[in-house]
Amino acid sequence: MLLQTQLPQWTALGPALILAITALVLFVIDSVDPDSTDSALLAGVSVVGTLAALGVAAWFLAAGTGQVGTGGEITLFRDALVVDGMSLFFTAIFTSVAAMVFVASYDYLKDRPDQAEFYSLVLLATTGMALLASSNSLATAFISLELTSLPSYALVAYLKRNRGSVEAGLKYFLIGALSSSVFVFGISLVYAVTGSLLFSDVASALGDLDQSFRGVAGIGVLMIAGGFAFKTASVPFHFWAPEAYEGAPAPVSAFLSSASKAAGFAVAFRVFVEAFPIATAVDLGIDWVLAFGILAVVTMTLGNFAAATQENVKRMLAYSSIGHAGYVLIGLAALSAGAATNGDVLGASMAHLLVYGFMNTGAFLFVALVEHWGVGRTFEDYNGLAERAPMACAAMTVFMFSLAGLPPFGGFFSKYFLFASAIGAGFWWLAAFGALNSALSLFYYSRVVKAMWIEESDGSFELTSRPIGLYAAIMVAAVGTLVLLPGFGPVIETAQTVAAALFG
Amino acid sequence: MIIEALIAYTFVAALATFLAPDERAGQVAFLLSLVPVVGSLYMWGQYDATGNALLGGDLAFETTIEWLRVAGYTLSWHVGVDGISMPLIVLTTVLTTLSIVSAWTPITDRASQFYGLMLFMEANLLGVFTALDFFLWFVFWEAVLVPMYFLIGVWGGPRRKYAAIKFFVYTNVASLVMFIGFIALVFGLGDSVSSLSLPEIAQALRQEGTLGQFGALTPEALRAVAFAAMFFGFGVKVPIVPVHTWLPDAHVEAPTPVSVMLAGVLLKMGTYALLRFNFTMLPDVAQTYAVPIAAIAVISVIYGAFLAMAQQDLKRIVAYSSVSSMGYVILGLIAYTEYGVGGATFQMVAHGLISGLLFMTVGVIYNATHTRMVGDMSGLADRMPITSGILVAGAFGYMGLPLMAGFAAEFFIFVGSFESAVLPFAPVFTAAAMFGIVIVAGYFLFAMQRTLFGPFRLETDYEITSAPVHDTLPLAVLLLCIIALGVAPELFFGMITDAVTPILNAGGGF
Repeated sequence: MLLQTQLPQWTALGPALILAITALVLFVIDSVDPDSTDSALLAGVSVVGTLAALGVAAWFLAAGTGQVGTGGEITLFRDALVVDGMSLFFTAIFTSVAAMVFVASYDYLKDRPDQAEFYSLVLLATTGMALLASSNSLATAFISLELTSLPSYALVAYLKRNRGSVEAGLKYFLIGALSSSVFVFGISLVYAVTGSLLFSDVASALGDLDQSFRGVAGIGVLMIAGGFAFKTASVPFHFWAPEAYEGAPAPVSAFLSSASKAAGFAVAFRVFVEAFPIATAVDLGIDWVLAFGILAVVTMTLGNFAAATQENVKRMLAYSSIGHAGYVLIGLAALSAGAATNGDVLGASMAHLLVYGFMNTGAFLFVALVEHWGVGRTFEDYNGLAERAPMACAAMTVFMFSLAGLPPFGGFFSKYFLFASAIGAGFWWLAAFGALNSALSLFYYSRVVKAMWIEESDGSFELTSRPIGLYAAIMVAAVGTLVLLPGFGPVIETAQTVAAALFG
Repeated sequence: MIIEALIAYTFVAALATFLAPDERAGQVAFLLSLVPVVGSLYMWGQYDATGNALLGGDLAFETTIEWLRVAGYTLSWHVGVDGISMPLIVLTTVLTTLSIVSAWTPITDRASQFYGLMLFMEANLLGVFTALDFFLWFVFWEAVLVPMYFLIGVWGGPRRKYAAIKFFVYTNVASLVMFIGFIALVFGLGDSVSSLSLPEIAQALRQEGTLGQFGALTPEALRAVAFAAMFFGFGVKVPIVPVHTWLPDAHVEAPTPVSVMLAGVLLKMGTYALLRFNFTMLPDVAQTYAVPIAAIAVISVIYGAFLAMAQQDLKRIVAYSSVSSMGYVILGLIAYTEYGVGGATFQMVAHGLISGLLFMTVGVIYNATHTRMVGDMSGLADRMPITSGILVAGAFGYMGLPLMAGFAAEFFIFVGSFESAVLPFAPVFTAAAMFGIVIVAGYFLFAMQRTLFGPFRLETDYEITSAPVHDTLPLAVLLLCIIALGVAPELFFGMITDAVTPILNAGGGF
């Protein structure tokens, strides 16, 4: 109420605006001093900007902006954008991850050229994500998706003298361009049969669609799903992820695998729930719930099995992130038309993405720290690391066990609530596959722990420095992962409330 | 409030021990661990609960604080103690302290981490035995795995990495299967429950007609499937044959103090959960499948005993005999008589003490001789009279010598299972299980005869002398506890029967 009576409507986009302005401020700094390597200034501005956006998003979320209690969602620019609980919840995820990545980049980028570009690209991508979560029409969804993707391509290739980084950037770009074209072609097909791009209009047009057009509509929906599969690193467009995450600078991998994935899910949730309502879609024979069910199972199984066979920690984390995409897909796969459990399932997925944002970012930042030290990348290279860096290794242990779904860490609750809500919705087979994969994941996550704490070191590494930024970011992630177990209540309650509003 | 205080204290104590210097960590951990012992004894003294915690009894030291709401269900911090959990809490605190002392000699490397993890495990174990909300209980239940993984993996024997990961994955798979079964049951109850509080769920499940259709499963089928899932999940922890194979690996590789905790307390988590979940919540299913369950119990008893007989390693002998003893617990539970279920609960405590004693004694012998192979040793009684005496006493306790806790427990179980009205052919099953005692006596007497008696004949280049006092003192304390419980089983048996009777009362009503 407060917001609607006292502030103009457009301020509901505050978080995204703050992010965009911060990016522009960095451009200004860069144009004043193009060769600046003042990490403290650049990282400081970025962190302040993202934290401000996070603060505003959290404030709006707490105040109920765009939620049922204060008059429902706020639509802007002739319904092209929407601000509701879900968009704010996801914005909070993106900005939390971005803030941790910025703090870590302070050390990681030290003495490298083009730092201002790095920070502003990450900020622009984050802005794109915030808009993606707010998009209410297929056009804004596509544009925001591109705003997220284009900076990401450049970021993956940021280490431009490093062959791996450039190669990863090129692969990511080629697959990204392909999937973008698939996505936009899907949009055009949907537009062709419905005559609209707004989600609500698409939904109503699909409702009284001539049966002869259902094939076209079905192909359109399928192609749009393909675009999301790319963004979330799900099967069948997952294969860029291991390459890109491995080749990219580790903070970028952290950003892409946590925030970018969440952004893909944010828009996928909204598009499928609002533009292609389950009841309508099933009537037309476009059973996307079943499709996502199969995708979820295939994605989690493939991700986990591939992760179990890796020798390189970063690559293992990349596959594990595919596996987690599979878990989150349960949120779309365990829906049924008009069921009261829909909000619970989707909310559990969103809560898992939030916890995942902390634990996965932390894990990649730990890899960044190890890269910074110049220790190798395989499991063997991590042997005995805990003797030299017990605090950082304790934090990594927290991330690994939390990713595996063990208590007392946040990943335990988010994973088990996700499985429980799938069972509650009657999709026990999804939970069973999830459980099998979860047990398998314990094997490879514990390999990292085993290497750090149990194996003997061969004494070949010197840890020369204690980079304060990386340490701080890792500790924030670890504390976040820990606190999200006792403090999971507000998260899951908010997530399930805002998710339920989507079905209203 | 005392339960929260104890759990919180133990977590803080674990943290303090992590930060203590390695040379002093053992003493620090011992002193810190005395507080939970005193606290649990105080709880025992002040204990005033009646009835069963899950079936509407009056709890001691109960607290309920709402934690969070998810999908229409309330999760709470809900803890309390009844006659089943009280003895296990005392067992946990006492065994933790004693195994910390028994670790002074063998644990030299990274000591502060070792003792910190022991205390961290104790805190979680206390949580497992007091939590009365499903998710709270599940948090503690799973959290026990983490310290155990490290304790085996870091300080274990040559194949410790394999044993640790096997233990980890086995028990984690089991938990996941159990979780799916139980949650399906909760959702099957629909609007009959509004929280994940175990008492509420247990009482709803024991009423007629609360369970609805769940997916393609009829209420009866859901009950059976959930029972099977939970039985498997807890059975791995117990362990029952054929899912016992993680146990010998874990025991043999684990350092002695960890074996003590593993056999003494962690296995009891499995039987405790079986009693709380399967046998309390779904008595009708248990009784329908009484024959196969009793068959599993008897097979565990006999097969475990034969496996023990085939071993050459003293530690493996004790480890496999645990499989056998846990079979008695299952047999007592399925009897659904006061003596059967009560005896099974009593056996949890008795076996915890006795197997703890045996593992510790084997550990003390190993510290002196650096071998555990029966064939390598002879005439140890000559050089280590006190330790040998205690080993003999412990072995007799295992065989069920009267006036020791094992006798009382097994006697109760046999009486209870013999008179069982639920179990067809109860006398046959009981007789078959009793045969297990003969085998136990056989292998223990044989092993002792070869290791302890006869001429001393052990080729070593080091002196074998009596063990230090801090090694033998925990053994003596345990032996005293075993004898005390054997002479006066009433110490625990009164409160146990009080808590198990409600399970039986409604149990026949289906």
